[in-house]
Formats: sequence, C-alpha cells, structure tokens
Amino acid sequence: MENDKTVTDSQLNGTARIATKEMTLNMGPQHPATHGVLRLVLDLDGETITKCTPYVGYLHRGVEKLAENRNYLQILPLTDRLDYISSMSNNLGYCYAVENLFGIKVPERTEYIRTIVGEMSRIANHLLWLATHALDIGAMTVFLYCFREREMILDLFERLCGARLTVTYPRIGGLKNDVDEQWLKDLKVFIDDFPGKVKQYETLINKNRIWLRRTKGIGVISAEEAINWGMSGPVLRGSGVPYDVRKVMSYGVYDKVDWKICTGKNGDVYDRYRVRMDEFHQSVSIIKQCIDQIPEGPIMADAPKFTLPSKDKVLTDMEHLIHHFVLITKGPQTAPEGELYFATEVPKGELGFYFVSDGSGKPYRMRVRSPSFVHVSALPKLCEGELVADIIANIGSIDIVLGECDR
Amino acid sequence: MEPLEIIEKLKEKFATEIMDVSEFRGQVSVSVRPAKIMDMCRYLHDDPDLYMDYLADLCGVDYPDRKYRFEVVYNLFSIKHRHRLLIKALILEKDPNVDSVVPIWAGANWHEREACDMYGIVFNGHPDLRRILMPDDWVGYPLRKDYPLKGPEGAEYKEFEELKVLHSHDKEWNIQS
Repeated sequence: MENDKTVTDSQLNGTARIATKEMTLNMGPQHPATHGVLRLVLDLDGETITKCTPYVGYLHRGVEKLAENRNYLQILPLTDRLDYISSMSNNLGYCYAVENLFGIKVPERTEYIRTIVGEMSRIANHLLWLATHALDIGAMTVFLYCFREREMILDLFERLCGARLTVTYPRIGGLKNDVDEQWLKDLKVFIDDFPGKVKQYETLINKNRIWLRRTKGIGVISAEEAINWGMSGPVLRGSGVPYDVRKVMSYGVYDKVDWKICTGKNGDVYDRYRVRMDEFHQSVSIIKQCIDQIPEGPIMADAPKFTLPSKDKVLTDMEHLIHHFVLITKGPQTAPEGELYFATEVPKGELGFYFVSDGSGKPYRMRVRSPSFVHVSALPKLCEGELVADIIANIGSIDIVLGECDR
Repeated sequence: MEPLEIIEKLKEKFATEIMDVSEFRGQVSVSVRPAKIMDMCRYLHDDPDLYMDYLADLCGVDYPDRKYRFEVVYNLFSIKHRHRLLIKALILEKDPNVDSVVPIWAGANWHEREACDMYGIVFNGHPDLRRILMPDDWVGYPLRKDYPLKGPEGAEYKEFEELKVLHSHDKEWNIQS
C-alpha cells in the first residue's frame, strides 16, 4: 500500500525533485508496546504520522451479552477480567453500582476497607503503568524498582483474600472477609515506606534528559478538547481539568478524608506522568487516614435478599445454610425496576456501569463505560502530526488495558 | 441545576419532542423523539446554564416488545455545573437510524460505532461508521435480544476473510492444517 508521490521541493534549492513515499505501517496486534492486543495502522510521511487508525476488538468476550444472561452475583467475577491490572477497582465499581440499584447501604467499616483496597489498587496500577511506560521509552531500571513495590501490594492482597490479580474481594453489600489487625499493621509499614520509594523512581527519571525530551510537549491535548473527547482520569486531569469522580459523586469515605485532586497544566505526556506520580502521595495519605479512622462493626449489609450470610453462620446454622444455598444456586430473584448509571474513579479514569433492570434477578442491560475505550478512540487526536517514535510515549501515557477496552 | 429544572428548561424549547420523563434514585432520564436530537444536544451543550460539555457514555438498548424497539441513551454530564441527565432517543425497529452527535462531542465517535455494531442502529452523518468490536464481515447484531448467547443456532463456522487470505498460502508453504 505505497503510493509514489513526486513533489517539487522548491523550498530546498528550487530545482531538485525529491521522490518521497507515503508508507503504511502496521503496528500490532502483537506488539510489546501496545499494552495488549491493540492494532494501529499508521500512514507515514517520512517519520511523521499523517493518519492513525486504531483497530480494537481482539479481546472482545461479550461481557455485556454475558451479563444479560447471568444473575447479579455471577457477574462480579467477570468484572475482574475487564481491567485485570486493577481488578479490585473494577469489582468495587460494579458493587457500588449494583448496591445503588438495589438501594443497599453498606456498613461504615466496609466503606473504609473498600477505600483502602481501592487506593492500594490505584497504587499497584500506577506502579505497573510507570514501569511499562518507562520501559517503552527506554528507562529500564524503573521497571524493576516498580515491580518490587507492586509485588508487596499483591502479597497483601493475597493475604487478604487469597488471590493476587483477579481478586473478587468485594461482595454485593459488603466484603468477602474482614481485615485483621496484623494486616493493617503491615499495610501501615508499607505505606510509611512508600513515599521514599516514589522519591527513588523520581530520582531515576525526573531530571533525566532523555525522559524529558521524550515526554515534554508530546501528545498535547487541551482541556476543552479532552472534555470534548470524553476523556477522564489522569489524562483529563493532566490537561488541567479538576474532574475526579471521587470528589464529584462521592462514594466510599472519600468525603471523610482529606485529599486533593492532582492536576497538570500543559496536557502533554509529561503532565500526565506528573499527575500519576502525585496521585501516589494522595493515595498514601488517604490510606493512612483510613487506617487511623477505621471503626469496628459488621462488614455485610443487612439485605438478605441480595447478600450472602457469613460463612461461620452457614456452617453452624440450618437457616443460613438454606439461605446461602438458594442465593448461590438461584441467585437473587428480584431487583428494583429502573435504570441507573453509576461511575467510580478507577486508576485509568471513569468506569461507569449503566444498568437497566426489568425487575428480574438478571440485568436487562449492563453497559460498561470503560475509560480505555474512550482513550484509545482519542489516540489519533494525540499522535497525528507527531513522529512515529512518539506514538509509544502516547500509548503509554493514556494507560490503556485492552481487556477493558474490548470488554 | 436540579435535573427536573433541566427538564423544565428543555420542555420550553422542545415541548413536542419530549415523550416521557422518569426518575430513579435521583437520576432523571427523558425519552425523546429522535428527529430533532441534534438540535436538542446542541442546545444542551451550548446553553450557559446547562453546559453539558461531557458525553460520559452513549449506548443502545433493545426492547423487542415495544413499539419503539431501540433506545439510544445519551449520558450527559456538565463538568462545570456538575449535573447529569440521561436522554433516551426512541427509535423504530424498521430502518433504525438517528443523527450522529459526533459534531458536538468528538468522543461519541466510537460509542456510536459500537451501538451500530451491536444493535444495527445507523448514525446519520457519522464520519466512519464501521464495525468496531466484531469482525468486519460478521453477520447479525450480537446485543439484540433475539440474538442467541452462543451465536445463531446451527450456524456453521465460517472462515473470516482475513483467515482465508492467511490460509491461501498453506499449500505453497507446506503447512498442514
């Protein structure tokens, strides 16, 4: 697909005719820097991208169709597989949306624990983002340091619920199990340590000339354009829009702790990097306050129609055993009729669930509004007119996961 | 602005277009005729009091038993005023089409492509209306309610055009399939 084009380059010396070739370059779907199975077709004029066409759908598993055929309890594990880098946040987003639909109020202790694990998931996600983003641009050492800390968070997740990556820890109306004192103490140790680790990463790249040249002024998107494209999360905040779902539609205990929205100014790759680095500190601060404030109490809401009874009751009490059995085999039989959109701030942006309920135990329609889908759609806007090498920096900076994009 | 106030304001301008207003858990959705959706969205986007500059989501819903089989749900949010409104354009089953809102919100581009891919709703004036998640030569619209979960009954596996091209070299390269 090459078309020869001969142009008179009179700007050069007035007489010479230079033959230039427009080239079409296929990138992906198997490419280490596309963070999954993203395929891009790039039209190049020399090294400049004239047109970028993303192709997605290679990881389409039909989660929305599957959800229409499963009951509300069975959908929860599907949400892990959307954004598998920060599955905890996806679970939480789903649970909050369903609880709002059902009208369940979650106990306060649960809200605190959910906020803690949600922020841990944000740290883990941003660590993996920083690791791979830096690796793509050529800073290899950062990768190894970031994985050192990410591992610690995954270990804590494993101790909490037995799984490291696809956790399925929250439940509709509560949590799988409570946290113990020792776990909170160990988390505190990690959290106290972590800001020093962030400083370490920053000493590696913050003043690195190559890093600055590769990120500053690259992939610029203005605030108006970012809003118009429907961007969210650190990408939108990098352009200077103080929009964070945690503040706007407060859920969890984000209104009870003290934290601020991190924003950038220029909307380039570097500012998006800065926003995420600042969010590390905000997350640390949120977790610290939560550990100090966390109250005692139950972890499951009192809504027997939808929530499972606790395991020790199931093993000792006949009624609870039957209750458990019925909910697991048949699922919830009814749900309030109506439609509801509920969004949460996951590490990548605004994850929204739109439910249409017809009153049965299965959602009539479940729509997943995933941030990655929107961000990939805006990729041509970010990289057209820039050099082919910058597309790597751009893909890294919007922090996409194709499992969530294709659903 | 409270959602119901927005509806009042909308009713002043587009009284004949609004068919139904419903509220659930504080969220207001309004069903409208699709004919003037473009004007309505433009008004919601531009009016300084409403200023719905953020299209959070756009998706289709299928109701096979209703007179208007399809709904296109526009999930609008104002970052400045922090209010939300769901607009539902009701669309007939025969020749389902609605005007594209890409000129207003660039982010609608892929959402509309997905709704077209999954429900077969045509968005008039869309710059690049192709299938997005399913392969280009896929037959049928997977998220319609009459589309079976495991694909059409008794349908044979059909090789995709891309694979056919790939396998066309099998003999030449001595590949056994």
